[in-house]
Amino acid sequence: MDALDLARWQFGVTTVYHFLFVPLTIGLGVFVAGLQTAWHRTGKEHYLRLTKFFGKLFLINFAMGVVTGIVQEFQFGMNWSEYSVFVGDVFGAPLALEALLAFFLESTFLGLWIFGWDRLPKRVHLATIWAAVIGSNLSAYFILAANAWMKHPVGYEVVDGRARMTDLWAVLTNPTATAQVPHVVAASFVVAGGFVLAVCGYHVLRERRDPDRTRPVRRGADMWRTPIRAALVMTAIAGAVVAVSGDTSAKLMYEQQPMKLAAAEGLRHDTAGAPFSPVPGVEIPMMLSLLSTNDPNAVVQGTEDLQKRFTQQFGPADYRPNMPVVFWSFRVMIVFGLATVGLAFLGLWLTRGRRKRNPRQVPSWLARAFLLALPLPTLAVVAGWLLSEIGRQPWTVQGELLTAASVSPGVGLGEVAVSLALFTALYGALALAEAVLIVRHVKSGPEPVAPARRPDAPSGVGGNTAADLQPTLMY
Amino acid sequence: MELTTFWFAVIAFLWTGYFVLEGFDFGVGLLAPALSRNEAERRQVLGTIGPVWDGNEVWLITAVGAMFAAFPAWYAGMLSSFYLPLTLVLAGLIVRGVGLEWRGKVHHASDRAWCDLGIMVGSGLPAFLWGAVFADLLHGDALAALVGGVFSLSVCALHGAVFVALKTTGAVRARARRTAMAVSAVAVPAAVIALSGIPSARTAVADWTAAPWLWVCALAATAALAAGVALVWRGREGWAFTATASCLALGGLALFGALWPAPMPNLTVTEAASGPYTLGVLTWIGLAALPFVLGYQAWSYWVFRRRLVAEPV
Ligand code: HDD
Ligand code: HEM
Ligand code: HEM
Repeated sequence: MDALDLARWQFGVTTVYHFLFVPLTIGLGVFVAGLQTAWHRTGKEHYLRLTKFFGKLFLINFAMGVVTGIVQEFQFGMNWSEYSVFVGDVFGAPLALEALLAFFLESTFLGLWIFGWDRLPKRVHLATIWAAVIGSNLSAYFILAANAWMKHPVGYEVVDGRARMTDLWAVLTNPTATAQVPHVVAASFVVAGGFVLAVCGYHVLRERRDPDRTRPVRRGADMWRTPIRAALVMTAIAGAVVAVSGDTSAKLMYEQQPMKLAAAEGLRHDTAGAPFSPVPGVEIPMMLSLLSTNDPNAVVQGTEDLQKRFTQQFGPADYRPNMPVVFWSFRVMIVFGLATVGLAFLGLWLTRGRRKRNPRQVPSWLARAFLLALPLPTLAVVAGWLLSEIGRQPWTVQGELLTAASVSPGVGLGEVAVSLALFTALYGALALAEAVLIVRHVKSGPEPVAPARRPDAPSGVGGNTAADLQPTLMY
Repeated sequence: MELTTFWFAVIAFLWTGYFVLEGFDFGVGLLAPALSRNEAERRQVLGTIGPVWDGNEVWLITAVGAMFAAFPAWYAGMLSSFYLPLTLVLAGLIVRGVGLEWRGKVHHASDRAWCDLGIMVGSGLPAFLWGAVFADLLHGDALAALVGGVFSLSVCALHGAVFVALKTTGAVRARARRTAMAVSAVAVPAAVIALSGIPSARTAVADWTAAPWLWVCALAATAALAAGVALVWRGREGWAFTATASCLALGGLALFGALWPAPMPNLTVTEAASGPYTLGVLTWIGLAALPFVLGYQAWSYWVFRRRLVAEPV
């Protein structure tokens, strides 16, 4: 165990943790904005209640995305100073743009949204949440462009041992990025859709079991139907985008990161017409060649042969990533992720039709299955990142910089150990607190709508009351 | 102006903006328990920063991101050499952010107490450590770091107390003014020592003509702080806040002036800088975006411009 190993663990732990919250921020934000838009358009009260209900869940989660993100930005300099010096010229630019163009937008307008319910005209208030969610989605684009550059560096030249950017446009339109951005953003919508389904499924079941304990959105008809249908549509569409862009990513991987592809398939030797095995023991002939090139007879390189070629090209070292992890995370991602998407299509079919008086009910078994839509896609995205990042090892920048050469030379084992222990403990405690908080809010259900301004609010004392600013979402 | 100089100035601007803006919300978070006697007042105090603290924190993220892009070696060198203090800064920012966001969403008084603790510790720790880190960067010694930390902690507290006085009414407002006076007993002497240390890190006092404008900034910052104290005492809260903000702004200016042209020992900005292409494109994008960013942030302060009163819970 040396500082390098701990720094890697630290990066893995903190980044995966950050990404537990990020998908909900990206996807649920848009969902909430959509609900508020529906309220704005129709004036129906239950849309407002749903906006506030999911809005609160969104905010509880958002806080975690923010505080864990700051750690990410510092970590490159703290643990990976050699990496930072090597890539800063290219990699720093999207990060700086992300902060300037996306984070300011998001944080400022979210502040306005949370506290602006009674301060802003309705239309302007609606615009603030849209501005905030545009910010989150934009931030995903910039950070993913940076991440894609590590897999497939473009638009640069190496001068005096440092990468120098020569073309920002090439960095921002890297084909790896234009495949990865829709893949990750759509995957985030799958996660968020699954989250909404699980929350609604829980309420549907509870209402059927004992109707008194629950606070329905609407008395009478199937009140959770609207959010369920909306989430199903969102998950199904996003699922299609995930599949198409994932296929594009795999084709790019064939060209750009053959070792990762070979490890993901457990393919040891160069093979023409390579088969794909969804689980060990089962093989679909020629499927891998077909998936990665559109040509069933194409040659896919294997890890052992690649190892020989890399040794010739880059000098002696082990260029193979941790094979079992890469192999299994690829499968977990696809199976768990697509299972959620499949559930969404099934749900759409089973709840189809617009029967005004007696809409088709959500069957109880389906509501129970919705509960799985929370853990499954979350595990899928985490597995996707393990595939992506561990599969790239031993490189931090594919073909340019090894992970072992990226770490901060001046930072000792003790220091990394202290910070790793501190972050792990803190993150563990916060995860628990967040889970409790979310569960409590899910259980208490959508609040009845409060009157916009309290009739007894003191006026004429020179301003608003604290509660006036925060009655609805904050306090 | 040459691009490396320009980007050094941009980074100085971003850090200074961060000191001024997050300075008061650190102060508010740190003093919230002292300024409020009950839950209604606590909400009143924290409500003053509720809508804006996250936007203020993005100044830090942008400052650090800009350092990464424009001066990678400075970013990497500074962050890796202040490893443990920065770990604590991050831990502080984490518990503070979570405390502020979650406080209104928990139901039990004991959970709120945890949030309050997180807000207080998470505001105080970074407020102290940023001063300590920059003082250490400038002077390279532990005593200077301690003085820098005491200075930044106490000035943030003062700045925050003045902000609360400006943004509230009733008992909290009066208490905030008294607290500001009390804090100034530490802040003013600390400011005299720490601020005069900034130019003297570069030139001897006797030789002040070698860096006259550093001395001008440092003196003006000290004077602004003293003026701020006098103005709170007179009940001129708006002007007092302008004065404490000026103190932090001028202090930031002096600090970065003293760090020019070698922000780290053995590292000049020229050595640390990215290539002219990167600096060039970032300049254009930055110049195009900045007016919008400053505009909507200013608008958000305008929307929440009115004073808050305590509301029974
Ligand atoms: C709901 C989540 C989900 C689902 C259903 C899928 N993925 Fe995925 N995948 C991700 C969530 C994800 C991710 C977490 O978002 C990753 C991690 C890094 C990245 O770019 O996206 C990812 C990465 C990732 C990569 C690695 C890219 C690289 O490292 O260069 C490939 C090749 C694929 N995916 C391919 C697929 C295929 C062929 C899928 C099946 C149709 C698929 N993904 C479904
Ligand atoms: C711009 C975005 C990203 C960059 C620049 C980046 C960079 C890095 C670096 C420098 C390492 C250290 C090398 C190593 O540990 O082996 C690493 C490892 C890792 N990263 Fe990423 N990463 C990014 C995004 C992510 C995200 C979003 C996730 C997951 C949510 C992730 C998951 C991991 C994991 C699990 C490791 C540990 C792999 C290992 O140690 O074998 N990364 N990444
Ligand atoms: C390892 C590289 C990463 C870095 C350096 C990073 C940086 C940050 C920072 C500094 C924040 C806090 C922003 C704030 O205070 O408002 C944040 C939050 C966030 N990040 Fe990450 N991030 C990384 C990985 C990712 C990835 C891969 C994505 C998306 C696909 C992402 C998307 C977001 C989103 C949506 C948030 C939510 C909260 C917010 O933006 O304020 N991040 N990140």
